[in-house]
Amino acid sequence: MFPFNFEWIWDMGHAVFMGGLWYALTILGIGMTYCIIKAAIDASKENGEHHH
Amino acid sequence: MDSALIPKGVKRCPLWQFLLFIGAAGIVLLWGVYAMLLCWFKGLNQTNMNDYYGFALWIWADLAVIAVGGGAFFTGLLRYIFGKDALKNIINYAVLIGFICYSSALLILAIDIGQPLRGWFIFWHANVHSMLTEVAFCLSCYFGVLTIEYIPLILENRQIDKVPFFHHLGHNMHEIMAVFAATGAFLSFFHQGSLGGVAGVLYGRPFAYREGIFIWPWTFFLFTWSAAACGPCFTILVTKITEKITRKKLVKDNAIELLAKISGWMILTYTMAKAYDTWHWFTATAPSKGFTLMDFYSNNPLYGIWVLVVEIGICGLIPALILITDKGRKTSVTLWIAVILAVVGVCLNRWVMVLQVMAVPVMTFDRWVLYIPSWQEVATTILPVAYGIILIAISYRYLPVFPNEAELNPIESMDGEETEVESRVELEQELKPAEA
Repeated sequence: MFPFNFEWIWDMGHAVFMGGLWYALTILGIGMTYCIIKAAIDASKENGEHHH
Repeated sequence: MDSALIPKGVKRCPLWQFLLFIGAAGIVLLWGVYAMLLCWFKGLNQTNMNDYYGFALWIWADLAVIAVGGGAFFTGLLRYIFGKDALKNIINYAVLIGFICYSSALLILAIDIGQPLRGWFIFWHANVHSMLTEVAFCLSCYFGVLTIEYIPLILENRQIDKVPFFHHLGHNMHEIMAVFAATGAFLSFFHQGSLGGVAGVLYGRPFAYREGIFIWPWTFFLFTWSAAACGPCFTILVTKITEKITRKKLVKDNAIELLAKISGWMILTYTMAKAYDTWHWFTATAPSKGFTLMDFYSNNPLYGIWVLVVEIGICGLIPALILITDKGRKTSVTLWIAVILAVVGVCLNRWVMVLQVMAVPVMTFDRWVLYIPSWQEVATTILPVAYGIILIAISYRYLPVFPNEAELNPIESMDGEETEVESRVELEQELKPAEA
């Protein structure tokens, strides 16, 4: 649920519950994105070194 | 045939033997899947749930696997946040066991909701006044964490590791694993706690109701505490069973002993807190609602006072006293007894907090109603066990789950047949990933 959904109410319950959910998902998402992008860069660098 | 996929320096049974084992567990799995499909296609009338019992047998199983799966978050916390390096030899297995437990818990919930296609409703149409919403959120997110922790192990498979991208991905994930472990500990604290909180806030059920701090009843903290205390015992128990089946030593003693020692102190402190909570409940909380202790433990064929004695005394105090002593931890027999009792204890606690809560009569016209599960409930409760055995068998065969296995079981000391297997491995390891 997002704040722009019709069921959303600006109260403590929604802020804590949904805030906590999106906070956790954001950490996991950013963490995995970092790992994937860095792995792609590292792998391409390694490939480049092999070609040279 | 599959030797190119088997980790280097270790021995595995022949493929036919492995497939036979998987097939045997697979039959039980299929029985569970059949029961699961019955529940989905025919509905929850396949269970024996009624107006007394809104929770089927599998809800106990759900809470029990989540409790024993707590070994993953607690071991991760000790390893990555508190820097207990000795646990690096058992953390992979703890993660695998946690992954199995939590995927099983989610599967059970998918059966329990009866309409799995509407499972996403709890996220989109969230009831923010329900502790079970918090459980659903944290459980799903923590399963994501466990998947992230399990992926690097898969990427360490001999053939997958040869692909540069996967090799670097696994390495990068290891580097920031502390972030994921900390997130996992945060999520686990809340969902373990909220499962206990669900029982503690039932003010209409004096057997379960407890006072607490702010919105959290004491059961919130006791559930988290017991999962952190007994979860590592389950990890040790499964490790010991695996060692028995494979007839190998897979984890160094220092890792087992450290985990057992920490677990022992956690169980001791938990048991003291639980005993105090129980004493306060039957001297203050229950009388304030018009009940005495024996109202909850008499006039029925199953729930006698023995339940309390077994849960707190036999399955709480005894394992704690064994595990906090050096001799108790180092003696194989006592270690086995302690971890079995601790696991039984936490499962019994979940049973009491789910099923006895609903069995106890609360109105003057009520009577004790004992619950007999249907075979579909039994089959779907056994389903996660079969699934767990299969996933452990596959992971053990193809992934380097135990970092010390090669060192503890040198291949040179084995017979001719095994040497032949190893040499075949050496030949086939040059296979390209696509060919493997």
